[in-house]
Amino acid sequence: MSEKVLMKGNEALAEAAIRAGCRFFFGYPITPQTELAAYMAKRMPKENGVYLQAESEIAAINMVYGASAAGKRAMTSSSSPGISLKAEGISYMAGADLPGVIINVQRGGPGLGGIQPSQSDYFQATRATGHGDFHLIVLAPSTVQEMTDHAYIAFDLADEYRVPVMVLADGMLGQMMEPVVLPEPKTDESDKPWAVTGHKGERPHNIANSLYLAPERLEETNVERYERYERIKATEQRAEEYLLEDAEIVLVAFGASSRIARSAINKAREKGIKAGLIRPITLWPFPVDAIEAAVPGAKAFLTVEMNMGQMVDDVRLAVSGRRPVEFFGRTGGIIPTPAETLAAIERVAVSLEGGAR
Amino acid sequence: MSKLVFQRPHALTDIPFSYCPGCTHGIVHRLVAETLDELGIEGTTVGVAPVGCSVLAYEFFGCDMVQAAHGRAPAVATGLKRAMPENVVFAYQGDGDLASIGTAETVHAATRGEKITVIFINNAIYGMTGGQLAPTSLPQQVTQTSPYGRDVNEAGFPIRMVEMLSTLDGVALAQRVTVDSPKNVRVAKKAIKKAFEYQVEGVGYTIIEVVSTCPTNWGLSPADALQWLRDNMLPYYPLGVYRDVKAEGYANVAEAAAARAERLASGGDA
Repeated sequence: MSEKVLMKGNEALAEAAIRAGCRFFFGYPITPQTELAAYMAKRMPKENGVYLQAESEIAAINMVYGASAAGKRAMTSSSSPGISLKAEGISYMAGADLPGVIINVQRGGPGLGGIQPSQSDYFQATRATGHGDFHLIVLAPSTVQEMTDHAYIAFDLADEYRVPVMVLADGMLGQMMEPVVLPEPKTDESDKPWAVTGHKGERPHNIANSLYLAPERLEETNVERYERYERIKATEQRAEEYLLEDAEIVLVAFGASSRIARSAINKAREKGIKAGLIRPITLWPFPVDAIEAAVPGAKAFLTVEMNMGQMVDDVRLAVSGRRPVEFFGRTGGIIPTPAETLAAIERVAVSLEGGAR
Repeated sequence: MSKLVFQRPHALTDIPFSYCPGCTHGIVHRLVAETLDELGIEGTTVGVAPVGCSVLAYEFFGCDMVQAAHGRAPAVATGLKRAMPENVVFAYQGDGDLASIGTAETVHAATRGEKITVIFINNAIYGMTGGQLAPTSLPQQVTQTSPYGRDVNEAGFPIRMVEMLSTLDGVALAQRVTVDSPKNVRVAKKAIKKAFEYQVEGVGYTIIEVVSTCPTNWGLSPADALQWLRDNMLPYYPLGVYRDVKAEGYANVAEAAAARAERLASGGDA
């Protein structure tokens, strides 16, 4: 009995998090994600939850660390420069095997950059969100509906694998309004025997910690965590395909740029170019299986990104030199247009013809 | 028949302390543990261990523990306390942790009146990293990174944290103690216990600064270190109660802040 409502991406995501059982939100204002925090400030008190505006992004993620250590569903949100500040806390959460949800509504960078949409935090999200050997599960929504869906499932994934989960959105998705079906509210029923809730004299004391002075012990924890990551890679890869069956030019694009890629693919098809799309929904684990399946039919791959070429590295790794992998992107907060994306597809098509002659 | 008059507090584990001889961390750990025992709150308490010499505090305290990044203990404690208002949450921090890298977290947890207890160990030096300048190092104090003595014109002045924090409306109890003598240990114990009691009562943020020793990095014997503390640190960091809203007649920080605002509005002293 869910009805469709028109909502802004940032607000729909916040509502979905609350419906996922999140009752602890710690944040700090930064454009273009501030509506998310404002929404939480309005809604949390009515849900007996906690909204707290921290003194900094650093404090906010560490408050999430505390609430997560207590076994609660906790979340923070920010935009690119703010995520850099959260890097330390995210690493500590990963090291202490704590769940938690981090939203990044990306803007252009590096540095203060700009406030327009970007996908230039791909490397940071998928490679090194903080120091040390670890990964986050990274979800990449492409619609306001997915902003909602991803926020909702992020908490389950975080609890199941005891890892922080990032929803990597961007300013376009955060700011746009689209109709969404909101999920049914659920309560957090995950069992968390590791939580620091006070032992009440009934069990040995629990410790949330990432320090292991003995290198062998630290290696053990890292190896254990990587075994978990292997399980995640095997079971949590997600991708969507569009007109892929007969595609010779396979576009790979996530988030907002995948929407432009679709338009460009439609136009290319009108011109007789067999283009299709793989849209990674999980950026980590990267959907290598979907790429692998597309390799036999593909003549070339083309990534479309709002950065200087970051995900293209993952596609090249997956393709492993078997096909050419090209890149088209705009950066600085500029959204690629369907027309210039079509032009990029046509360039690839021409180079393939050249190769065939 | 023999009567048991003294034993290891239950809230300490059996793991031997890793502290240097003459370091007062051990005494302060004991005072905190005795407090948890006496108030019967070990089972509902969560402690936050710092970065630095006392990082292994999570091994020593028998209550549930969380280890925080350098300086972030007040933020982690905030998350814990907001998630579990019925539990007792304390952070145990050194001077680099609390007065340098974590100053923002410290000031803001205090000004929010976060109902946590902070045990602040001030030994005027960075211990674990081997004796570098701390924000609390004294003028002229020689450390590894102030080899010619702290020059206040270059390195600035030491921070008196409890004095500073006592000006904030969210602070319920700010007291400086030391554990250089049996008498002062008793005073320190009372202060620490009061801080936890205030938290249980929901009075506001409480901080107990313990002027402490670092014989190893000061290059002194344990006995000489205590004397150095008395001769040099206590004059700069006077012991005493800097704020106690209950002693001032208020039930909590909100009442005390309202009264302070009224005094200021009518031209009185804060």
